[in-house]
Amino acid sequence: MNGWVRVLALHGGLLAVLFAAQFLLPAYHHGNLARIMVLASYAIGYNILFGYTGLLSLGHALFFAAGMYGMGLGVQHLGLTPAPALLAGIAAGAVVALALGLLALRTVGVAFMIVTLMFAQAGYFTILYFSEITRGDEGFVIAQAQRVLWGIDLSASANRYFAAWALFSACLLACLWLVRMPFGKTLVAIRENEERVRMLGYDTFAHKLGAMVISGAISAAAGASYGLLFGSAGASFAGVQYSILPLLWVLLGGAGTVLGPFVGTLFMFYLIDLSSGITTAYMLIAGVVLVVLTLFAPQGLMGELRRRFWRGLP
Amino acid sequence: MTLLSTRGLSKHFDGLQAVDGVDFDLPEGEVRALIGPNGAGKTTFVGMICGRIAPSSGSVVFDGADITALPAHKRILRGMAYTFQITSVFPRLDVAENVALAARRRLKGREMTRAVDEVLARVGLLERRDEEAGNLSYGHQRLLEIAMGLVQKPRLLILDEPTQGLSEGEIASFKELLREVAGQTTILLIEHNMSVVMETADRVSVLDFGRLLAEGTPQEIHENAAVQAAYLGTG
Repeated sequence: MNGWVRVLALHGGLLAVLFAAQFLLPAYHHGNLARIMVLASYAIGYNILFGYTGLLSLGHALFFAAGMYGMGLGVQHLGLTPAPALLAGIAAGAVVALALGLLALRTVGVAFMIVTLMFAQAGYFTILYFSEITRGDEGFVIAQAQRVLWGIDLSASANRYFAAWALFSACLLACLWLVRMPFGKTLVAIRENEERVRMLGYDTFAHKLGAMVISGAISAAAGASYGLLFGSAGASFAGVQYSILPLLWVLLGGAGTVLGPFVGTLFMFYLIDLSSGITTAYMLIAGVVLVVLTLFAPQGLMGELRRRFWRGLP
Repeated sequence: MTLLSTRGLSKHFDGLQAVDGVDFDLPEGEVRALIGPNGAGKTTFVGMICGRIAPSSGSVVFDGADITALPAHKRILRGMAYTFQITSVFPRLDVAENVALAARRRLKGREMTRAVDEVLARVGLLERRDEEAGNLSYGHQRLLEIAMGLVQKPRLLILDEPTQGLSEGEIASFKELLREVAGQTTILLIEHNMSVVMETADRVSVLDFGRLLAEGTPQEIHENAAVQAAYLGTG
């Protein structure tokens, strides 16, 4: 149990530090960190499919956007309050993930990447096509009055930080719990050797589909929260860029580690933030750092930590 | 009682007839060896039994039920276990987790841990339970593969060339292990090593060019002229 205590101390410790940080950070970083925690929740969702199950999706923006629009359209057109709107967003993501999973999981490897990418693009164009409802590229603003959850105004920066922290905590703990469950361990085994898992009597298709739905639902929760906390929804969140970003964050932070998504998102966010303060060619600096990291820590930052110091790190 | 039978089981890959109309019966409790020259269709045949390969025609009956249309994982749930010819463990997971994955189908919690340790002790890998499976020697990985089969407590254990690549000493302890297990479960053993076949099998079936060539006790097969011709050529 000693290992388990260390795991709880590390993950609980991070959540405690993030909680305390809201009282200490200057306004600029305070706002950044709230955004990072929401995006890291998205990366946690991505990591369940990519890092733990071994399925590389290039279409997760579809789930992020399903959450964002499931929430946003509910607020805008149906007059939902934030709580049911959030649930509608999560449900939208889960349903879209289920439908996409039923189709895309018939393929493997590169074909799976292409099929997920195609469906995500189809989703993006659908948002543009129905621009009367979605306001297309321009998106729409979710007004301050529509962002009051149980009497708490989510547009206020302190509340927003706390809400982002709550979302991130829930996602992190859910992920930690999942990967210690038999279901999560089976997902890891599927990543390592799917045929063997099948020949041990597991329905690998059902497991992968389950992983896809969980991954889609968490991504959607992040998308819905993003819209609600930062007050807008737009088609750009359904674009290819938002499918690639979680892949990058997870790769940098460490695929198949619980903390990797957060570390990767934090690192990438501040890498771009800091380098853009130095030069306008900031992507050059970011690119070089990414290449160096890929060369010397191919398993990502937390993956490297696990490899060198702590083999039992979940 | 017959645990497993096939009728007219065939598989062709384009022009190649890998398995050709095999009628096969395996009574419960028996250790049956399946032998034959390379390319005789042995792995294809057991692949169709456990559902890895879809047959072109014919049927498979297990425990009184026609399972021809069932996917592999459902056949495993009915009490088959299959160990791979080419070692197929989870190299980056530790030894105990490899076996636990196989055990979790039927056990939970402490009982599961106990069953895992019991099986690991039986194959002599208990002190390596926390090592990464990929770091084990080849012989130990073969034993781990067998442990993953045993822990499922299968009614039919299919071993696909379990002694391939093992040393003399390892083969001797494998024979020992097989004799222990033999009383508890039905075993279908694909094997090239004749000493293993002769010493452990109750009966032997010989496959040649996808057809069942002969069947009998190890002694009968040993003396069978057709089998000798298939193995050594007719000169």
